[in-house]
Amino acid sequence: MNLILIALITLGVIGAIGAVILFFVAQKFYVYEDPRIAQVDEVLPQANCGGCGFPGCKGFADACVKAETMDGLNCPVGGSDCMNQIATILGRTAVAADPKIAVLRCNGTCADRPKTSQYDGAKSCAVAASTFAGETGCSYGCLGMADCCVVCDFDAIHMNPETGLPEIDQEKCTACGACVTACPKFLIQLRKKGKANRRIFVSCMSKDKGAVAKKACSNACIGCSKCFKECPFEAITVANNLAYIDDNKCRLCRKCVPVCPTNAIWELNFPPKKEKPEAPKAEA
Amino acid sequence: MLKTFRLGGIHPAENKLSANKKIETLELPKQVAIPLGQHIGAPAQAVVKKGDAVKVGTLIGQASGFISANIHSSVSGIVAKIDEVTDASGNRRPTVVIDVQGDEWEEGIDRSETLITEITLDPKEIVERVKNCGVVGLGGATFPAHVKLMPPPGSKAEVVIINAVECEPYLTSDHQLMLEKAEEIVIGVQILMKAVQVNRAIIGIENNKKDAITLLSSIAAKYSGIEVVALKVQYPQGGEKQLIDAVLKRQVPSGALPISTGAIIQNVGSAFAVYEAVQKNKPLFERVVTVTGKSLSNPSNFLARVGTPIKQLIEAAGGVPEDTGKIVSGGPMMGKAMPNIDSAVVKGCSGILIMKDFESRRKEMTDCIRCAKCVSVCPMGLTPSYLMRVSELNMLEEAEADRIMDCIECGSCSYICPANRTLLDYIRLGKGKVGAILRARATAPKN
Repeated sequence: MNLILIALITLGVIGAIGAVILFFVAQKFYVYEDPRIAQVDEVLPQANCGGCGFPGCKGFADACVKAETMDGLNCPVGGSDCMNQIATILGRTAVAADPKIAVLRCNGTCADRPKTSQYDGAKSCAVAASTFAGETGCSYGCLGMADCCVVCDFDAIHMNPETGLPEIDQEKCTACGACVTACPKFLIQLRKKGKANRRIFVSCMSKDKGAVAKKACSNACIGCSKCFKECPFEAITVANNLAYIDDNKCRLCRKCVPVCPTNAIWELNFPPKKEKPEAPKAEA
Repeated sequence: MLKTFRLGGIHPAENKLSANKKIETLELPKQVAIPLGQHIGAPAQAVVKKGDAVKVGTLIGQASGFISANIHSSVSGIVAKIDEVTDASGNRRPTVVIDVQGDEWEEGIDRSETLITEITLDPKEIVERVKNCGVVGLGGATFPAHVKLMPPPGSKAEVVIINAVECEPYLTSDHQLMLEKAEEIVIGVQILMKAVQVNRAIIGIENNKKDAITLLSSIAAKYSGIEVVALKVQYPQGGEKQLIDAVLKRQVPSGALPISTGAIIQNVGSAFAVYEAVQKNKPLFERVVTVTGKSLSNPSNFLARVGTPIKQLIEAAGGVPEDTGKIVSGGPMMGKAMPNIDSAVVKGCSGILIMKDFESRRKEMTDCIRCAKCVSVCPMGLTPSYLMRVSELNMLEEAEADRIMDCIECGSCSYICPANRTLLDYIRLGKGKVGAILRARATAPKN
């Protein structure tokens, strides 16, 4: 009995002393953390994808609270809803950022871009790119070993075995940008999602001269400038034998699409064009 | 007991099929494509334009920057175009394409076979001549030779080591060159010794080339300070750090240059090129290329002009056999499979290896069984299995801490791995990334 009592008292006293020490230590080393950081962190999607450019959601919350304005801060996963909530918590106004989505700027399918060699090294685009130009005649195109699919945290990219190219699931893509950095050929670009998901872009990155590019891939941009001449909004620039459509200037008029002789300009989610008499003429 | 390096190493089947085949001078091609970047460092700047007439030995590309090399025309004719042309790796690189007309040489190049033993130039002039003649390391790494002959301030050269190891299986170009041009090579060594002002040189040759060892020893005996050392056959003895260890018993510290041990290393082919540059005023525009392979009807050693299509060399050796799986530029260990054989012979192309389909195929990769064979064969004392893992997972700090930059990419680990792991592929990738970080760190402003 006595033994138990001694043990209880000893442990109780040690516990009490410890509690007192800890209390004062906690007072002494108290770090004030803005409670808003936790609040902001709560509304973030907790994907920890790094798409905002900060180390995880907590890092982004911290940056939001510390920043003076909301300029340049955007959570691509949460989108404008999330950013508005954060703005409300912080008593600021959110800067409207256009939602973005990843697009693949290569349409060299297996059928249209014949293989000239066969690679049997490590199954990784990064390794292949450090070794040689690629299995086809195009040294700019997709290597097809799915580095982008592996890095996607949102299960939004999958390889299409028929085309040999990755396909982006526009419902799932959050524009975090992981695939953009993973692609050793820099083929994935974050572009404006566009009204009703409609997008127009040049799906090619080949800087080869027209004849060379065309020989390697029948879908290659040959830098012919037809789209550049057609565009009424000066959204298209041609440099290094490659056309580029500026998504800030493009008004989605679709005039450039039919003039492209190699079908390198892609339109996504547009309703099919009405049959007009001049349409076949433009194709020819 | 023969000397060799102390750590790791392997001994793959030698397969020197083209040994003792006389060096044949290859027929002039109709058109040559001479890339402007054939060396480590900045590519040369073209100094000719379309339509210009050039002779053999005319300067067509001027070195740009300290680590760069001049490029000379290997034929006489008219410049057809200066454009991007697909190289052996499939990438498009700036290239001078010349239509061949006749074979007219630039004046001032001594085309005679007479041996010139007397070295009249002083050290500075030698380095200048080597630089002007565009001599690069002919062992495969193509490091500009004149840069090696100018040791950085604070370091002192003690000995010139000539790399005549040729440890790559199949290749015989250096071996055959030693047999046919032994006198010239020894004079080339003398020139190198004079250029860096040392009185000692060591020629390291693996013991599977006994005829070359005997021949060079007998010639070297006529000159003072040149020693021929027979080395145990062990891959990758031709790596400069391994060779220094083998002949001098000194180890190059991690991250340091070979000069830190007092050694200046040049390939035996480069020694011959230096002889030709200094004594004959002949720029580097041709080299000996071994064309070999088990299925090839006539494995040979060719003296080919730079810019000759690789296809032409293969045809001269009997044509591409039917069951060819891979055509490799270089040897089987460090060479790279070429997706394009229309590309040209470059200064660094020591061999062309034709591999049969079944011998070229990689076997399926399985899980690492932790046997540590890769660790035991690594000549740099690294842990390849771990380095592959960290490179794959992008753990670059760990890769750097475990000395990934020391990897010499010899491929011994991938060769020995019983699980067929793609060790070197990933290590090379990680090395590239860590290298980029190191360069960024070096140029970043200090705060």
